[in-house]
Parts: sequence; structure tokens; C-alpha cells
Amino acid sequence: MSDLNAYIATETIEGSDDGPLAGRTVAVKDNISTKDVQTTCGSAMLEGYVPPYDATVVERLKDAGATIPGKTNMDEFGMGTTTETSAYGAVENPVAEGHVPGGSSGGSAAVVASGDADMALGSDTGGSIRCPAAFCGVVGIKPTYGLVSRYGLVAYANSLEQIGPIAPTVEDAAELLSVIAGPDERDGTTRDATDNGTDYDFAAAADGDVDGLSIGVPTELLDGADEAVVETFWDAIDELEAQGASYHEVDLPSVEHAVEAYYVIAMSEASSNLARFDGVRYGKSGGEGNWNESFARAREEGFGEEVKRRVLLGTYALSAGYHDKYYKKAQDARAWVKQDFDDALSEADVLASPTMPVPPMERGESLSDPLTMYLADANTTPVNLANLPAISVPAGETDEGLPVGLQLVGPAFGEKTIIRAGSALA
Amino acid sequence: MSDNAVESDEVGHIADLARIDLDDSEVERFTEQFGEILAAFEALDEVPDTDRETDLTNVMRPDEVRECLSQEEALRNAPDSEAGQFKGPKVS
Repeated sequence: MSDLNAYIATETIEGSDDGPLAGRTVAVKDNISTKDVQTTCGSAMLEGYVPPYDATVVERLKDAGATIPGKTNMDEFGMGTTTETSAYGAVENPVAEGHVPGGSSGGSAAVVASGDADMALGSDTGGSIRCPAAFCGVVGIKPTYGLVSRYGLVAYANSLEQIGPIAPTVEDAAELLSVIAGPDERDGTTRDATDNGTDYDFAAAADGDVDGLSIGVPTELLDGADEAVVETFWDAIDELEAQGASYHEVDLPSVEHAVEAYYVIAMSEASSNLARFDGVRYGKSGGEGNWNESFARAREEGFGEEVKRRVLLGTYALSAGYHDKYYKKAQDARAWVKQDFDDALSEADVLASPTMPVPPMERGESLSDPLTMYLADANTTPVNLANLPAISVPAGETDEGLPVGLQLVGPAFGEKTIIRAGSALA
Repeated sequence: MSDNAVESDEVGHIADLARIDLDDSEVERFTEQFGEILAAFEALDEVPDTDRETDLTNVMRPDEVRECLSQEEALRNAPDSEAGQFKGPKVS
């Protein structure tokens, strides 16, 4: 195994003898519960925590015959864009040494890009599958909200996040999606794709046929992006055009406010979801003292700086006097983003943009300035606000050899459309 | 700093509400960063009032006894337990 620090635990979990994934390895992000195998969420708070049950997606992997080679490193509780906020150390980018692998599912993308695992599961709250897929030159899919069960996923911002696949090719990612997708009685937010105009044979859509495909390009998502990224993006669009697709520019004025709305909503939900870490039922104990002292000490010692920052900002945004100013406005922005995407997708089959506006940052470069790191999520967060599916496929490299991802966004339950379009490139 | 800049005692108050002890250097750092981050969030003031979906409904299931974790499984990650129950700190 290469020394990327991409795994937190390397205990192997064997699946059943046969099934569609028999003989293949699927690494699992460490915020997805694995029965009897430590699950830390990249946090010191959960060091030594051993779930007594499997997440639904893990049960489905095992039933499909996959072998799980380990739990992958990640930004603490999914909060980050570089996998540098992990309590277990940063992850190396296997295809761009000295650079971050993206986040928060950086370990999952790194083990796939390096060939340590055939495929991997990540989770995407504001781009956490697509960003590392783009930075590591592999494929990542953020499914429509409700397509994949979140039972057993340790919640960060539950109205935004979905579990999804990372793989070397679109076809492999689609195949893994077929295994994990589908309703689950233990997650009331799941929906049946067959009630929404599609079946679950996503791999069949990876036929590379983009003849007649209409691509909308939101100009707002190119403004301010790195020049080398934009150049690589247009080369990929040219490639799709050469294969029979057409593109036109579309206007999505709401996305200019999406990243701020995303962070207000995600931090607010985080402040609520992470209240469960009180050091009593699981996690780091706060020791002696009364309830408040013990609770506050456990969270001071157990949480890293980025988690504290988001829990505090979320608490602030929900507190008396500020709810209408931040949280309510963010919900308005979310509704606006949804309407904008619906309008744009009524005149295009898919929307295309660079996945990330910048190439992979150098390790250690961005952590000291949280706002700059948040703004790097400008292209991915609108998709989560609108609950839509999106794929990141490799678009090429900058002159310095840094990977650039192309993001394709589809209508709700339009996974087959984005898989078909993406498979023309990877 | 703008009029909306956060004061350090405000950060301390929020940390109390969120039940997270902060040391002085964290309070200082967060005070500075929160000013900048909240100033960026001010961009939300430009968002127009938007109609939201009105058909949101709660998803309920029948309240029936189902298979669940055993007491032993539920307690196995607890730092402290007594007589088959979680043992927490004093409430006051």
C-alpha cells in the first residue's frame, strides 16, 4: 500500500461470496458506520468508537460481494475541502505530489487514484465527493437527494448530504451507485427512483453517446475561475461537441449567493447534529465536574478547530436576533437556487462547469484562511442546495500537470443523463 | 472592521451556548475570523424573497416495537456506565 495516509483503519471486511461486486475492493469513508470496525469521522472525539451496526450502504456492499479494505481518511466530520482537518493527519495527492487530494472524501479519492482500492464510497454535503474526484483525476457522483440511504452515515448537515461512489471510470462509478441506491425503511428521506422515471441500471447508461446532447454552461461559474482551469474546461466541452453534443450559455444569477447560503445552512445543521457528542453515550469523556463543565471540556478536547468554527458559527446564525438575518435568508437563497436550476434545465439536458474553480492547492496553503477555503466550493455547493445529481469527470490537466474536473449537473433523478454525458470523457 | 464585527465576549457567549470551552487564543482567533466570515454572509441581504415549496410534509412511520440494539450493544461505547445504564456527570 502506498504511503498516502489515506486510510484511518485497514481492517478488512469481507462481503458475501458472490454478487455484482465479487472480487472487487470498495474502500469506505470513515463517517459511514461499519459494525465492529472503528468509525472516527476523522475526529479525536470518536477515536475508539466501534459502531454496533452497519450503515445500509455497507450492508448493500457486503451483499453485493465487495471486500472493504479499510476506512478512509477525511476532513473531520466532513468539514473541509482539503482533507487537512483530519485528526489523523493530512492525505497526500497520489497524482500531484505535495498538493491536497481535495476534501472531505480525500482518502477515498486517493485510494482509488493510486489503485489501492478498485472503488470507494464518499459523502457529499457541499462537494465532498466531486472536489476530491476532480483533484485526484477520478470520477465521483453526488446522487439526487433521497436516492441513497443515509442510515449509518454520521450526520453533519442532513438536508444536504448524500453518500456516493468514487471510481476510476464512469461505468464503475455507475455500477457502484446501482448497488447502494434504493429506498430504505430506516431512512424516511429515501425515495424510489422507479417512482421518478428511472430504473437502477445506471451502468447501462455509460455508453458514451452524447449525440444531440444539449449542454448549458452557467457563465457565473466560470467568472473568477483560474485561467488554466477554464482553458481545460473548454477543451473538454470541445471534445463533447466533437462527439455530437451542443452547448449554450445559461444565466444562473442565484449561484452568486449559493456558497454563503450553503455555509449558513450547513453550519446551522452542524451545530444541531453535533450536539450529540457530549461524551456520555460514546466519544471522548469530559471527565469530572457538572454536566455543563464535562460536556464543554469533552468538546474542547475532542473537536478540531474547523469543527468548532462551524458549530459556533451555526449556533450564532440560529441564535436570537440573527435567525432572520442569516438562516432565513439562506433558505430563501436555497429556494431561489432550486428555481434557477429548474429553469436552466428546462432548456438543457445537463449543465456543465469546472468542478473546482482552482487546481489542487499546495498542502498547508489554505488552512489558515477559512473564508478562502469556503469560497473554493462555489461551483459544487449550489447542487446540494438544489438536491440535484452531479458527476465530476476528469477534464484534463493544467500545464503544470494538475488535474482538472468537469462537473455535469442533471435534473432530479437524472443520474442516467449525467452518467451518459460523463462517459463520453471518462 | 465594520459595524457588524463580532466582539470577543460575544464569541465567548456563543461558545457557552454551544458547550465548547475555548482558550483565550481561540477566542481571539475566532473573533477576528468571524468578523470576516459574517461580513461575507452579509451578501445574503441581496437575496430576493422567494416562494418556497409549500408541500413539505413530515415522514412518519407507525410507532411499533422493532428489532433494535441490545442493552449491551448500546452501552459498549459509553465511557462510563452503571447497572446497565449510561452514567453521566451531575446535572448541577
